[in-house]
Amino acid sequence: MLEIKNLHATVNGKEILKGIDLTINDGEIHAIMGTNGAGKSTLSNVIVGNPVYEVTDGSITFNGKNLLEMKTEERAHAGIFMSFQTPIEIPGVSMTNFMRAAVNARREALGLEPLKSTEFLKIMREKRKLVEIDQKLMNRSVNEGFSGGEKKRNEIFQMAMLEPSFCILDETDSGLDVDALRIVAEGFNKLRKPDTSAMVITHYQRLLDYIKPDVVHVLIGGKIVKTGGPDLALKIENEGFDWIKAEIGE
Amino acid sequence: MKSEQQYIELYKEVSTLIKQKSCKVMNDVRDEAFAMFEKVGFPSRKVERYKYTDVDANFAPNYGVSFSPLTLTPSPYIFKMSEAPVDINEYYAKVADLSDGITALNTTLAHDGIFIHVPKNTRVEDPIQIDNWLRGNVATMMNRRILVVLEQGAEATIIINDHAEEKQRFLSTQVIEIVAKDNSRLDMYEIEETTNLCSRFSNVYIKEGRDCSVKHNSITLFNGQTRNLCDVYMQGENSEVTLNGCAIGDGNQRIDNNTLIDHKVPNCVSNELYKYVLDGKSVGAFAGKILVEKDAQKTSSQETNANLCASTDAHMYTQPMLEIYADDVKCAHGSTVGVMDEAALFYMRQRGVREDEARMLLKNAFMGQVIDQIRLQPLRDRLFVKIEKRFRGELDKCEDCRLCK
Repeated sequence: MLEIKNLHATVNGKEILKGIDLTINDGEIHAIMGTNGAGKSTLSNVIVGNPVYEVTDGSITFNGKNLLEMKTEERAHAGIFMSFQTPIEIPGVSMTNFMRAAVNARREALGLEPLKSTEFLKIMREKRKLVEIDQKLMNRSVNEGFSGGEKKRNEIFQMAMLEPSFCILDETDSGLDVDALRIVAEGFNKLRKPDTSAMVITHYQRLLDYIKPDVVHVLIGGKIVKTGGPDLALKIENEGFDWIKAEIGE
Repeated sequence: MKSEQQYIELYKEVSTLIKQKSCKVMNDVRDEAFAMFEKVGFPSRKVERYKYTDVDANFAPNYGVSFSPLTLTPSPYIFKMSEAPVDINEYYAKVADLSDGITALNTTLAHDGIFIHVPKNTRVEDPIQIDNWLRGNVATMMNRRILVVLEQGAEATIIINDHAEEKQRFLSTQVIEIVAKDNSRLDMYEIEETTNLCSRFSNVYIKEGRDCSVKHNSITLFNGQTRNLCDVYMQGENSEVTLNGCAIGDGNQRIDNNTLIDHKVPNCVSNELYKYVLDGKSVGAFAGKILVEKDAQKTSSQETNANLCASTDAHMYTQPMLEIYADDVKCAHGSTVGVMDEAALFYMRQRGVREDEARMLLKNAFMGQVIDQIRLQPLRDRLFVKIEKRFRGELDKCEDCRLCK
């Protein structure tokens, strides 16, 4: 369970999050929608511990642990995963080596032996098939020369390898064509276990057709201003945010 | 007193002894070299090619000078200078530039040297390996001299490893002269794995004939203060030269590479790639000049120096230079100095990779581009392992060095 209370955060001294309260129970999917610059990406980056952002007030606990006291990698070991809006290219580090380092770091943190090479490659092969990602990409440098769709698929592949218990999909649908969107979303659904929870950030209903949210939040001006069921996403898709802004008097 | 004075006095005292221990070909130029050293002394930092290294300060401490004899494992291609099977008068101290103070001093003091000779149309299958072991009970200066002659159509790979005993100060000068005759091919690797108490001054001079391929790799894995000069004179058409280097510094280490590729004739290709990863308070310098002379039409040249400063206290000086007097050439040069990619670090950490591990992966990846180009596969594999260990701070500097066993 992820519990966020009165979260305030700044980037370069500018306050972006102005008091977020959000609870995501195990197995739940929460969608976060909102206008550009509302703080959606800031929220996800703060949860995973991006050092660029500074938390000035509030708390985040994950399964009882105080996330704000944990390093980025420790949060990952605890089961938090973020699919990046813009996946990073890392020239010279092969996907295989990167994943080996990530998987074994997590195993070390959990007190497990590192995987044997053959075992690791077998798991890579299985997970790769789930998201229909080409073997040749695995020998390349991380995300280097990948198409936009391949990068997003690669994010879901990494999620498959790391088996997180809480996933953030930060605009995973942006820049994807319909087929790629379906593959990514179906990959996510196949990987998801009953107790896996997720926070899905999106501008569009399209992704939510595949990944069905339990709760939909609207984030505007650094605060969650409205919370509802799946219908809320549909209404936003049709009518935009203006009616919500009017409701809150902006 | 400027530090050259002690070497001038030393030579005056021991010149008879050196000449007795040495051989005719080396003695023939010795006094000339000494006269030159007396005249030019050590280059100051006002000398363009020495502006990043304080030579005087490195030579100022009192070192014992080693005149111990060379030990050579018998080999069909490696000889003591004194036992050269062919006349080397036309090569010895002829390729090197005696007006360089370091070269002049080395030519004055070197009492013995190694001569590598690969006969005409001979391909040496196994790499020729030279291991330099610095050892001594007192702070010691060594003056090494190597002459390599590849006759027409000869092919060889040469690996030179530098090791040093721990906890002792060493100062070494080295002059390597390479004559690559027409249609020859040379792969050469110099790997320094000494200690932070070592000062190294190495001058390499290469003369290339026509239809040649020479690759020189300079790898500084661990050092104290290193100054490497490499001059290449392309004197025959249709030849190529590759000068590659990588340098890893941390603590107070200093690494200064200075190169010159002189295209004297048309239709030659030169490639140069030097990469540095500097951590701690280390200082790196790279200055490389590509000189394309008036007649050297159709020259193709690429020079790159890329550097990663992994700490805020590390310093890199970079100076890629092109000097072109021909009008139909393709030349490019460039350099970059960057810091750790914070976005990539964060991405890796989000996947659970520890920060130190992520930094190591990025540094390793940065060096990979140079190591990937090494043609000798076992060496390539070994260097990948060593570089990773170096970045992890686990490099057992003497793991394959007989000194410590």
